[in-house]
Amino acid sequence: MPDPMKIRANQLGDATEVKVLMSHEMETGQRKDAQGKVIPAWFIQSVDVTCAGKTVLTAQWGTAVSKNPFLSFRFKGGNKGDKVVITWVDNRGEKRTDEATVA
Amino acid sequence: MARFSTAAVVAALLVFLPGAPQAQAQASDTAAQIQEYRDALADGNPAELWDARGEVMWKEARGPKKVSLAQCDLGMGAGVVKNAYAHLPRYFADTGRVMDLETRLIHCMTTLQGISDADAHKILFGGPGKRSDVEALAAYVTSQSQGAVMDVSLADPHVRRMYALGEKIFFYRGGSHDFACATCHGEENKRIRLQDLPDLTTKSGAQKAYTTWPAYRVSQGELRTMQWRLNDCFRQQRFPDLVFGSPASIALTTYLAYNANGAVYAGPGLKR
Repeated sequence: MPDPMKIRANQLGDATEVKVLMSHEMETGQRKDAQGKVIPAWFIQSVDVTCAGKTVLTAQWGTAVSKNPFLSFRFKGGNKGDKVVITWVDNRGEKRTDEATVA
Repeated sequence: MARFSTAAVVAALLVFLPGAPQAQAQASDTAAQIQEYRDALADGNPAELWDARGEVMWKEARGPKKVSLAQCDLGMGAGVVKNAYAHLPRYFADTGRVMDLETRLIHCMTTLQGISDADAHKILFGGPGKRSDVEALAAYVTSQSQGAVMDVSLADPHVRRMYALGEKIFFYRGGSHDFACATCHGEENKRIRLQDLPDLTTKSGAQKAYTTWPAYRVSQGELRTMQWRLNDCFRQQRFPDLVFGSPASIALTTYLAYNANGAVYAGPGLKR
């Protein structure tokens, strides 16, 4: 079971700001270990965020995103008390979903 | 008459070195900009992930004895975590020695939870595919000291002895390169490549350095503690391996921590 994300969601005027810290190794597949073997690529490929059930952000990531990614974004149409649900899926098919309430 | 002469000399120097003040202004602009960048990055400090993991670990019943660390005494009473880091290292009567956070955590893991000494020391510094319990617990405990004023006491003679030893080690030149800690950390405005070196012999230098460790070290991709920092310094000095939790490591930590007294603890930090 992948590590939980740390999510903060705040209503700032008419915009909702979401900040999420994800725990992931994000291996590019270009590194080699001490024995010279390539460390296989392992990275988050897609991120989906919904607010009160509606999709507010989708992202397709590649190997340029570093380890333990931090994502911060704002959107309109959200309200205090709404449930923000974030899901990521990586190239191994592992996924993690966490949620937070807009403060 | 003497003051007038000095002013004349200074004025003459400024005339002959027109570039110097400008270059200095540029350097401090860059430093200010880098600090702005660091402040912006601090928002998503991955150290929070270790803090979260450490909090779960602290409260979880673990080890052969299946107990949590709720009775772990970090110097302020059993289970008291808040602000504990601001008063470490300190002397512990139950072990008869001065201990820092990491050695105290391992002590609690082995005595309270029954985890073997070997297991507790198996993974001290995490890496890809391997996690360090001590690093996660240290992140949690230090986050609970954020905002506390550093206040390490030298009242106990054991701690005083450690401080004196730490000071001696700090200035001791050795190894193949004849380096002491002071070689890199004993002067103002020095850097190695692009890494600024804090002058740990000054109050402000020691304060700024000590209050930002443990920290998420981006280049490591891991949260690192003072034990790691000292171990890595010894490596860079081409010294023999610094044993984790050794009296030498605790002496140095005591020296640096006491010198940082009065500063507000700002960890866990974020470093390159």
